[in-house]
Amino acid sequence: MPQIAFPPVDESILARREAIVAGLAAILPADGLIADVAGRRAFETDALTAYRRLPLAVVLPRTSEEVARVMRFCRDAGVNVVPRGAGTSLSGGAIPQEDAIVIGLSKMSRILEINLADRYARVEAGVTNLAISEAVGRDGFFYAPDPSSQLACTIGGNIAMNSGGAHCLKYGVTTNNILGVRLVTLEGEIVDVGGPELDAGGLDLLGVICGSEGQLGVVTEATVRLVRAAEGARPVLFGFDHAEDASQCVAAIIGGGIVPVAMEYMDRLAIEICENFAHAGYPLDVEAMLIVEVEGAEEEMAAELAKITAIAKAHGVRTIRESMSAMESAQIWKGRKSAFGATGRVADYICMDGTVPTGRLPEALRRAGEICAAYGLRVANVFHAGDGNMHPLILYDVNDPVQQQKAEDAGMDILAMSVELGGCLTGEHGVGIEKRDLMRRQFTEADLAQQMRVRAAFDPQGRLNPAKVFPLDARAG
Amino acid sequence: MSVAEISALAPADEAEAGEMAREARARGEKLDIVGGGTRLGLGRPAEGARRLSTERLAGIVFHEPAEMTLCAKAGTPLGVVEAALAAHGQMLPFEPIDHRTLFGGAGEPTVGGLVATNASGPRRISAGAARDSLIGLRLVNGRGEAVKSGGRVMKNVTGLDLVKVNCGAHGTLGLVAEATFKLLPRPQAEATILLRRLDDEAGVAAMTRALGSPYGVTGAAWIGPGMGREFSRTLLRIEGFADSVDYRAERLIALNADLGAKHALTGEGSRSLWQAVRDAEFIAEPRQRAVWRVSLAPSRAARFVARLGAAALAHFYDWGGGLVWLASEPTEEAAAVVRAALAPLGGHATLVRAPDDLRARVAVFEPLSPPLARLTRGVKASFDPDGVFNFGRMHVGM
Repeated sequence: MPQIAFPPVDESILARREAIVAGLAAILPADGLIADVAGRRAFETDALTAYRRLPLAVVLPRTSEEVARVMRFCRDAGVNVVPRGAGTSLSGGAIPQEDAIVIGLSKMSRILEINLADRYARVEAGVTNLAISEAVGRDGFFYAPDPSSQLACTIGGNIAMNSGGAHCLKYGVTTNNILGVRLVTLEGEIVDVGGPELDAGGLDLLGVICGSEGQLGVVTEATVRLVRAAEGARPVLFGFDHAEDASQCVAAIIGGGIVPVAMEYMDRLAIEICENFAHAGYPLDVEAMLIVEVEGAEEEMAAELAKITAIAKAHGVRTIRESMSAMESAQIWKGRKSAFGATGRVADYICMDGTVPTGRLPEALRRAGEICAAYGLRVANVFHAGDGNMHPLILYDVNDPVQQQKAEDAGMDILAMSVELGGCLTGEHGVGIEKRDLMRRQFTEADLAQQMRVRAAFDPQGRLNPAKVFPLDARAG
Repeated sequence: MSVAEISALAPADEAEAGEMAREARARGEKLDIVGGGTRLGLGRPAEGARRLSTERLAGIVFHEPAEMTLCAKAGTPLGVVEAALAAHGQMLPFEPIDHRTLFGGAGEPTVGGLVATNASGPRRISAGAARDSLIGLRLVNGRGEAVKSGGRVMKNVTGLDLVKVNCGAHGTLGLVAEATFKLLPRPQAEATILLRRLDDEAGVAAMTRALGSPYGVTGAAWIGPGMGREFSRTLLRIEGFADSVDYRAERLIALNADLGAKHALTGEGSRSLWQAVRDAEFIAEPRQRAVWRVSLAPSRAARFVARLGAAALAHFYDWGGGLVWLASEPTEEAAAVVRAALAPLGGHATLVRAPDDLRARVAVFEPLSPPLARLTRGVKASFDPDGVFNFGRMHVGM
């Protein structure tokens, strides 16, 4: 049995289901409402597939005004609301319950404006992350945060979870790359926060909306920063005989005053799984590998690589392989970005997302290995080493309830360790339902109560994405 | 009132600060937070009965050079932080403005003041604002509770992010007791390409072209005629490893050959120019003028200034045009002209320097739409329900 608890369903809402569906039908176009069981089934889970709950109904609005009408209706009818982008959350951030309606943003997927002179794009929340970079790529620009799910995940979901990605080491995460949002509150107000300009005019509400996991309002539009790409970029593979050497090399590169665009770590098991899937030319005879990406003109990349190579050699690097073509670079990144999918073909897994200070990486890796070994489980490590954001993939058999329990326990032990080492529970996937009950490991009651009071300033009744982020018994005080 | 009663409170730690906040709240008293006192002229005039000083909340908590992070208490002088960073070839990424140039006066800027004002400089266009480098903080809220948010790691999405909303909140949500920043390596070299005699439109166009190039421009400013030279100057800065800077400077000069680019300023010549841009030195005098900081889409900057007409006594652009520094008469009429000129263009204007009585009469920050005002009031109340800290510093009655 899965162990994450859900609060009891509000029977009074269920009892009014017919009337609620009729009420929604009256304010939406016919294709904007899904009420039948088969249709709703597609929205019962996200990428945390071990947990599934059928929503009361699903609405698919096309405009902010339709979202506002639905929100007002839900407030008046006392119905819970779960916003949803593409449903790629790894932490259960978009999993509904039977007493909630899902607002899916999939029909709001237009790019509204591209302004290269002012270096921003204004998009609807249902636009995929990659679609933005593709729309401006031929002009040499891109949208910087690049989660591995960027082909599918939406900008609205990225904002909800403050998503990261491999290239955040240089360019920052979502919150550093969003200039403004259009937010629909539970009152049905349409509020514009920020705009094409830099920085906030009053309190930085955008800073609190980014990463709020859909609990402050429904983001329907976003103004995002566009970044001019460097002249060129090149990933290089560094293979090490000892995992410890690789992680110390990461700290030495950063400590040496070099900030590569990306610095990714893979251990032997992860290399093997990804190489079998992507045929990226990863070295199969090493214990650990770093993918380090540098950018700039040829001479600049060569000079930076020389510095990085010298550090890697001082840390006993065995194999160094530089990408020689754009196609090779694409293969190298494909291998890395398909790590979760490729692992899923080999075994069931749960993916942890804790961050530790980079100086503690060697210890964190060793202890994560020991924790999994103690439960008799295998673990593959593939993660953003430059910022200490670990992703241990704990392999188990989903048909074996004992193993599933062990895997979840091992994951929780690893997260507790991340906090103990001075890090945090989640670096980029969000808390969702998955890590909700661990929040007290990182925060005091006063910390949590303060966060909950800020949430209540936007949604006093707690109707938006309920039972996420905060322990079920936590109170705003 | 006795001398003891009107003297500043100076807590030695968070617990004492919390106690003071609780006592003030119980008495219905308001407190104004003071650090080094170099930015006191920012925001609406202080309304508090007493000052609460961060002078005893001082010191670097940790500096991890290999992790590129630093944590310091609020009252730590910025000079102390910068010296510690320089010893390891590091820096705060956002090039914080030193407000002493605008306000005059003595005092040492502190970490707390930098956080409270989100004090960012020219490098904001490439490295982000103070809020982007701030990864964690500890706060004493208006209920007297010590609260933390964020931490010491670069990637952290655990719980609601209360870090950024406190950066630039001018102390209205509470006393920031401790702040953790991510750092950058100090660039080995810098170079500035200088273009002469471009008017506003042409200057912004040149900056836009440079910022749209792949050469990693980290500063783009336009300084008007009569500001140190009789002709206007458009400045484009690049930073990094020496060989890379040489290469990109050459490329940028080639890109701007049509505008008369010839050679690059390096070293001290470049550094002192950018310090002057950072601190708005070009419009600091005469002292009696009001000074505004206007953030808007760069392509609208020249139009905004044109709409001001004679109300713009002096101006220059930073952030490629995305930031307009403006001097006006210190009057309500001039303030109304600034607000009216900006309204159709979007963006926001902050009255950075003006006499107290003017800052009490006109909106210092961009006026809030009704829903934004409601949310702002709610967030303030969630931290500080009775308005103990810096009440009215940003908006009347909040």
